[in-house]
Amino acid sequence: MRGLAPIAVIVAALATVPLLTSSNVVLNFMVVALLIALVGQGWKLLGGYGGQYSFGHAAFFGTGCYVTAILQMRYGVNAWIGFCIGIAAGALVGAVIGFLSFRSGLRGSYFALVTLAFAEVLRIIASVAPITGAGVGTLIRLDLRPEAFQFQSRAPFYWIILALVALSLVLVRAIEHSRFGAYLMAVRENEDAARALGVDAMRTKLAAMIISAAITAAGGCFYAQYFLFIDAGIAYGPWISVEALLAPIIGGIGTVFGPLLGALVVKTLGEFTKLVTGDAPGLDLVIYGGVLVLVVAFAPRGIAGFLERRRG
Amino acid sequence: MLSSAILFTAVLNGLMTGAVYALVALGLTLIYGVLHIINFAHGALLTAAMFAAFFAHRLLGLDPYLAAIGLTPLFYLLGYGLQRFVIGPAAHGEDHNILLVTLGLAVVIENALLYVFRADTRTINLPYAFDVVEIGSAFVAVPRIVAAGVVVVVAVALWAIMQWTDTGKAIRAVAKEKLGAELSGIDVAHIYAVTFGLGTACLAIAACLLIPTYYVNPHAGNAFVLIAFTVVVLGGMGSVPGALIGGLFVGVVESLSGFFLGESLGQIGIFVMFILMLLFRPSGLFGARA
Repeated sequence: MRGLAPIAVIVAALATVPLLTSSNVVLNFMVVALLIALVGQGWKLLGGYGGQYSFGHAAFFGTGCYVTAILQMRYGVNAWIGFCIGIAAGALVGAVIGFLSFRSGLRGSYFALVTLAFAEVLRIIASVAPITGAGVGTLIRLDLRPEAFQFQSRAPFYWIILALVALSLVLVRAIEHSRFGAYLMAVRENEDAARALGVDAMRTKLAAMIISAAITAAGGCFYAQYFLFIDAGIAYGPWISVEALLAPIIGGIGTVFGPLLGALVVKTLGEFTKLVTGDAPGLDLVIYGGVLVLVVAFAPRGIAGFLERRRG
Repeated sequence: MLSSAILFTAVLNGLMTGAVYALVALGLTLIYGVLHIINFAHGALLTAAMFAAFFAHRLLGLDPYLAAIGLTPLFYLLGYGLQRFVIGPAAHGEDHNILLVTLGLAVVIENALLYVFRADTRTINLPYAFDVVEIGSAFVAVPRIVAAGVVVVVAVALWAIMQWTDTGKAIRAVAKEKLGAELSGIDVAHIYAVTFGLGTACLAIAACLLIPTYYVNPHAGNAFVLIAFTVVVLGGMGSVPGALIGGLFVGVVESLSGFFLGESLGQIGIFVMFILMLLFRPSGLFGARA
C-alpha cells in the first residue's frame, strides 16, 4: 500500500526512544504526547475527512476510561479484556450520539453543540453515579504484572501507545485511499451533491463517527491503565475535547502525521510553560487557546501544511 | 405539603431567574442571527464581565447597578474589537474556522481568569442583597426584581434600535441578505462587529444583574451559557422573542425541577431538554425550519 513507508520509518525512529534514554521525565512526556496524538487521530477522522467538528470527544475518551476501570475494579475482568471492551463501549457511545445527531440532520455549529452537550451530560452523571465512584473517582489497584496491563517501567507503556498510534496511522491512511474515504470526503465537501450521486451520507458519517470514537476510546482506556486514577473531570472534562481537536488542527488536518506533529508541539509548549512559570493552573491552556487562534488565522492547514507551502 | 403558595413562589422565582437567562440568550441569538455562528466564547465573556463587576465593587466601591453604566459600553467595545480584529480576520470566511476561533478565545479567557484569580469563588456583600418583597403569597428578593425589570428595558431598547435606527436596519439587512446589503453600500465587517459588540454588551448587563446575588469564579459563566444555548435552541436560533420566552420558560422549568428533583438532577434536566430539542426540533419552537 502506498504511503506506508513514511509511517514505518517514523514509528521505527520513535520506537528507539526508550533505548536511548531511561529518563522517566522524557518517557512520560512522550507517552502523554502519543496519547494526545492517538485521541487527535480519532478526532481527525471525523473532523478532518468528514468535516464534522466535534467539541465533545471527551464522551468517548471518558467512556473508555470508566469502562476499563470499572470492569477491572468492580467485576474483576482482566485488564486486557477490559481494554477491548472499553474500546467497544466508546464505539457504541459514538454510534448512539452519531445516529441521533446525524438522523436529525445536525451539521456545523449544531453538531459541535450537541456533542459538547452529550459530553457534559456524561460528566455530570459520572460525577454523581455511585458506580463511577462519584466525586471521589475510581482508582485501579496497583498490580505490576503484564497480565494486568501494568509494568515496572514506562518503556512497555511507551511501546504500547506507540503501537496504538501506528495502528491508527495505518488505519487512517487505508481509509484515506479507500472508497469509504472518498465518500467521506465527498460528504464533507458537499453533502447534498454526494447524496445526489448515490452516497449514503448518513451511513458514511455514522461509520466515521464510530471508528473515530473507538480510536479516542482506546486513548481513554490507555489513560486509565497508565495513570490508574480517573474522575469525572479527567474522563469527561472539556480539556480532552479541546486537546483532541487541538492536535490535528495545529499539526495539519489534511496530513497523515498532523495529529502526531500537533500533539508533540502542544505538549512541548505545555511543558515549556510549566518550566518557565512553575505549575500555574490555567496558563498552559491559555497558550493552547492562543495557538489555536493563531494557527487558524495564519496557518489554516496547520504546521504540516505551512511547511509544505514553504517548501513547494 | 405541596401547597399552591410554594408552587407560586417557585414559578415566580423561576421567571425572575429566567429573565437573566433570557438576557444572556439574547446576546447569543443576536450574534447567531446575523453572523450565523454560535459564539462559543459567550460563557467566558460573561465570566469576564462578572469579574469586572466584582472588581468595580471591590476596588472602586461601585454598586453593580451603577457599574453597568460603565461596563456596558466597555464590553460593547471589547466585543466589537474581538470580532473586527480577531474573529473576522482569523476565520477567512469559513464557518468551521469561526467555531474554532471562538472556542480558542473561550479557552484563553477562561484560563487567563483562572491563572490570575485562581479557582477561588468570590461574592460581594450588598446591604440590599437579602431584601425581599411580598408579591401575593410569595416573597421575592429585590435584586431579582430589579434584574427582571432591567431585562425588560434592555429588550425593549434593543428592539427599538433594530426597528428604528439606521444601524438596526443595516443589521437586519445583513442578517437577511449579506451580499445584497454589501452591494447597497453597507460595511458588512463593521455591522458584524457592531452585532458582536451588542451581544457582548448584553453580557455586561447580565453580569451586573447577577453579581449581587450570585458568586463569581473562572467557570461561573459556563453554567449560564449552557442554559443560554438551551434557551436559544428552544426559542429558535436568531429569534429575539424566542430568546425571551425561552429564557423565562427554562427559568421556570429549572426552578420547578430543582424543587421536585433536587439541585444536581435539576441541572441534568436542562441538558436533557437541550439535547432533546437539538435532536427533534433544532429549529426551535419559534424559529423557521432551516
